[in-house]
Amino acid sequence: MKWQDLASALFAAGHGITQVGDLLVGEPEFDGRTIAVVGSADHAPIGVAMALRQARVLLDTVARHPGRPILMLIDTQGQQLRRRDELLGINRAMAHLGCCVDLARRSGHRVLGLVYDQALSGGFITSGLAADACDALPEAEIRVMRIPAMARVTKIDRERLEALSQSNPVFAPGVDNYVAMGGVRRLWRGDLQACLREALADAPTGDHRALEGAQRGGRKLAQSVIERVLRA
Amino acid sequence: MNPPRSLPAAARSSYAECSARERIARLFDAGSFEEWLPPAQRVMSPHLAQLGVPCAFDDGVAIGRARLDGRSVFVAAQEGAFMGGGVGEVHGAKLTGLLRRAVVERPDAVVLLAESGGVRLHEANAGLIAVSEVMRAVLDARAAGIAVIALIGGANGCFGGMGIVARCCSAVVMSDIGRLAMSGPEVIEASHGAEEFDAQDRALVWRTTGGKHRYLMGDADALVEDDVSAFRGAAIEWMTQARPALDLATLEAEHALLDARLNEAPEGADAYALWHRMGVPHPHRLGDMDVAQVRELRTSLEGAGT
Repeated sequence: MKWQDLASALFAAGHGITQVGDLLVGEPEFDGRTIAVVGSADHAPIGVAMALRQARVLLDTVARHPGRPILMLIDTQGQQLRRRDELLGINRAMAHLGCCVDLARRSGHRVLGLVYDQALSGGFITSGLAADACDALPEAEIRVMRIPAMARVTKIDRERLEALSQSNPVFAPGVDNYVAMGGVRRLWRGDLQACLREALADAPTGDHRALEGAQRGGRKLAQSVIERVLRA
Repeated sequence: MNPPRSLPAAARSSYAECSARERIARLFDAGSFEEWLPPAQRVMSPHLAQLGVPCAFDDGVAIGRARLDGRSVFVAAQEGAFMGGGVGEVHGAKLTGLLRRAVVERPDAVVLLAESGGVRLHEANAGLIAVSEVMRAVLDARAAGIAVIALIGGANGCFGGMGIVARCCSAVVMSDIGRLAMSGPEVIEASHGAEEFDAQDRALVWRTTGGKHRYLMGDADALVEDDVSAFRGAAIEWMTQARPALDLATLEAEHALLDARLNEAPEGADAYALWHRMGVPHPHRLGDMDVAQVRELRTSLEGAGT
């Protein structure tokens, strides 16, 4: 879905969300309260500059609007694959963005991620995957790598990977697989305003993704391994 | 900082050449390591087995508690020889479990011997979520007042999601041959060609991602020789000096630093030009400088900047 259509479905006309370059930012009203929106559009790569621009919005929200809910609208092709970004410490800039999300959570802001188009690898770790909860639209795509590329890198037959991916969500891209593994809490279907209302109301504050992955059968070992370490 | 010290080569024990378990054995107080979920318990990746790929009995990471200079610490060491230290479901859950236990039992520090290419591509989706859980657990530990120290000096470097995790830690210690970055040079070359990043050019790779560069930029808090005892010394030092937990003021300061870095950087991706802009007198000589000289250089740059 285009972010403009999503914004129109979620918020009243005149929501004020704007695209500045690849950055999405806005302060729409929802159910009588203001929500801070920050995100990216057009499959933006997350480089040093984009990470800092998003971090700026988060820091300003924490400083000026205590408790205001934050909605991260995610559409990214992943981290910026450029030598300049590496030279300037892209991993530090992305860690900073993740730390800003974390600060907002700990300061009492509910932080929601919503993958409305695509979310890939590094660009997802410090946005949706750092939020209190990350949801997705059913037509969104989430992946580290497509199966042909995975076959090339791992030197495992593509046919074998495709066959295994039918029963094991670990191997293939897809929002349903991420829901099964607990990485995405749920998909937004139907009335999007109702979905947002519900998401804001029941966002968890702790990290229960491994537990949900086990309950949903998509990530069978993570929670039990964590518990074994706690008891060892 | 430590006084400049160069050990004679014969007295050194190369950190890079050690396995994860050798590093643990030599870095922490002798005989103090108690491992949790050791190889004998065979907590392994179910996904690698499905793919017919050889598994490791510890899924490539050793965790447990040890003593460091008499203090109680929790330890994790990633094994670069197994899948490049890649984070899969079990590997990541061991790290997350260790960090969550640290919040409960409050050791003096958690020491993370990081060596990883990031997400293990064989179990990509689970690895991606796992890395984000590790990141959250690191920040939970810091918020609880537990220092998390990342040591980076393995041959596989510290990349991808683990490169982000390292920068979420309280302190980063690197050797001059350590590498810390996001995407590996091969990935960037595959995406944008050898003109963008020639992964075969070792000198270029090191001046873009290596320990000396990271230390000069402040991305690493300490720079040490490729020597296990040097890492031990730095870990002891940073266990008590590490940055405080994150609050608005510290993140505003970090933001200002990164903003200035981006705004003041010269065009392009040339490390020499960047170092020149930072005030390094002879950028082309940095590769030949030893660790003690690079430490002195950073001290002089910090003096000039204030």
